[in-house]
Amino acid sequence: MSLAKTFSVGLYGLSGTVIEVETDISSQLPSFTLVGLPDASLSEATARVRAACTNSGFGFPSKKVVVNLSPAAVPKSGSAFDLAIATSILAAMEVVPKQPLERLCIIGELGLDGSLRQVPGVLPMVMHARQSGFTGVVCPLGNLSEAGMVDGIQVLGAANLRSIVDWLNDRGVLEEPLQLSDLNPSTPSPLDLAQVIGQNQAVEGLIVAAAGGHHIAMVGAPGAGKTMLAERLPSILPALSTEQALEVAAIESIAGNGQAALNLDTTPRFQAPHHSSSTAALIGGGTGMPRPGAVSKAHHGVLFLDEALEFHGHSLDSLREPLESGKVLINRSGGSATFPARFQLVLAANPCPCGLSGLADRDCTCSAMAIRRYTNRLSGPVLDRIDIRLAIKPVSLGANLGLFDTGPSSAEALARVVRAREGAVERLAGFGYRLNSEVPGPVLRGRLGIGAKALKDLDRMLMAGKTSMRGYDRCLRLAWTIADLEGVKQPGPDQVRIAVALRGTDNLLGA
Amino acid sequence: MTDARQWLGRYGEDRACEYLVGQGYQILDRNWRYREGELDIVCVQRGTLVFVEVKTRTSLATGSPFDAITKTKLARLRRLAASWCANRQVSNSQVRFDAIGVLVRGGRVTIEHLKQVL
Repeated sequence: MSLAKTFSVGLYGLSGTVIEVETDISSQLPSFTLVGLPDASLSEATARVRAACTNSGFGFPSKKVVVNLSPAAVPKSGSAFDLAIATSILAAMEVVPKQPLERLCIIGELGLDGSLRQVPGVLPMVMHARQSGFTGVVCPLGNLSEAGMVDGIQVLGAANLRSIVDWLNDRGVLEEPLQLSDLNPSTPSPLDLAQVIGQNQAVEGLIVAAAGGHHIAMVGAPGAGKTMLAERLPSILPALSTEQALEVAAIESIAGNGQAALNLDTTPRFQAPHHSSSTAALIGGGTGMPRPGAVSKAHHGVLFLDEALEFHGHSLDSLREPLESGKVLINRSGGSATFPARFQLVLAANPCPCGLSGLADRDCTCSAMAIRRYTNRLSGPVLDRIDIRLAIKPVSLGANLGLFDTGPSSAEALARVVRAREGAVERLAGFGYRLNSEVPGPVLRGRLGIGAKALKDLDRMLMAGKTSMRGYDRCLRLAWTIADLEGVKQPGPDQVRIAVALRGTDNLLGA
Repeated sequence: MTDARQWLGRYGEDRACEYLVGQGYQILDRNWRYREGELDIVCVQRGTLVFVEVKTRTSLATGSPFDAITKTKLARLRRLAASWCANRQVSNSQVRFDAIGVLVRGGRVTIEHLKQVL
């Protein structure tokens, strides 16, 4: 009865640190001290652990109990260490054997009655435990399915402290995760591209965006269908690979939205933060330890900013780094964290504050000054990254009566997108890219250069000053995506012409 | 304080004294009262002056006897020890503070001795 040690994992953003939980029990006046930089929520673990041990029938030593969380210099927070602390104390009390604890990672929050409660971030914790060479993980039952997504490490779920003690003493068994039969995509979304009528041009633009991974902006009067289109973009994006789905699940695990995923969800996510969102909500942050924001929750998915020009200027500008690097680094007092944030951006905006500008039958009431102020909110660097600008016209009566053809269904569009992406992957394999939107200008104009005949229109535009060099490159990227969609080997004059039309003007609102 | 509890405290202290004497301690003072309280036992062993706080219990229902020794009580013990030294003009001596828990249960007496609790 004196010394014992257990292991757990502390999370800093998505990366983990193995935390050693050492317990020393000495014959002294009774006290319970927790050292090793615990924050307020972790210090309260002493009360939970004491009650849980007592109420589970193991008692609590009337001695001096010192628990050290090492490395002592790393700040620790949260309730996920409760179970490791309790087990460490019980091992020091010789209620459980010490030997099985050596390669075991223990995660979980304790209730006062000794029951185990689920904690956020279990998936990245288990991933780190496997990486650190642990052979097993014990976690609360509520986190079991999530933890079970990680291969190559034994994952066990426990309902309460007593069941773990029994298991360590070879008197009982713990729950094993249900075998994942396969990557089952979740229930099909009710949103289908075929529901969009009378917007064939916009739908084609959306398919091009999906095929090439291009960021897209839609400008149009209220009610024209911008949101409807954006919501259907995930339905025409290819399913995530296992690796991507795990990355996304890890972010969601930290964000702690509380939904216990039963299976690895391979559908690309759709995030639509409200325009009043703070910068921290958008890119991540919060007090103490940073938490992932909307850009990270949209990782490998779609970030939709409706009423984009109503967002705070600095919130929009904070998108520049993730758009550039595909990740965000956030620093807070509790530490810094890097979260992945490779998303496809979809912006929707009204043409002017009143939203009526450009309509045939209504008059815009905004002053020129108001319109300028409005459009200036989106800074050049963000605008620069948007390949496609779609002007969304309100649907006329004819379309509603079914006089226009409805567009392709999501399944049809997805098949085209997948084919186009396969073509791009094949061509770009030697360059280290997967999507046309990732290819830099010099490569587009150099080794991937296309015939002068196809470029005639574009060259003329550049000469006439109607497009910038950057706009020129964007048109080339789009032309490649269109060629991939059409199954042509190389973009010709037709594809370039469509690209120029999709690219639109350098100004967001087409002015 | 009721007579029964007074008697129990007294009984526990007697047992503690017997134990200490058995361990080779020499008792210098018992129940030394001064302004704010009382020193249960003052004794000496191999030149070290030992102030002992004794707690007696008849059950563990409210925790171990030691659970009743709080930080405030230890601080008072320390002040009383200083007063005792001043009063007896003892100086330059090694000093230690101990706690003794006496459990009287079913006719059996269990004594637990914690050294250097302060």
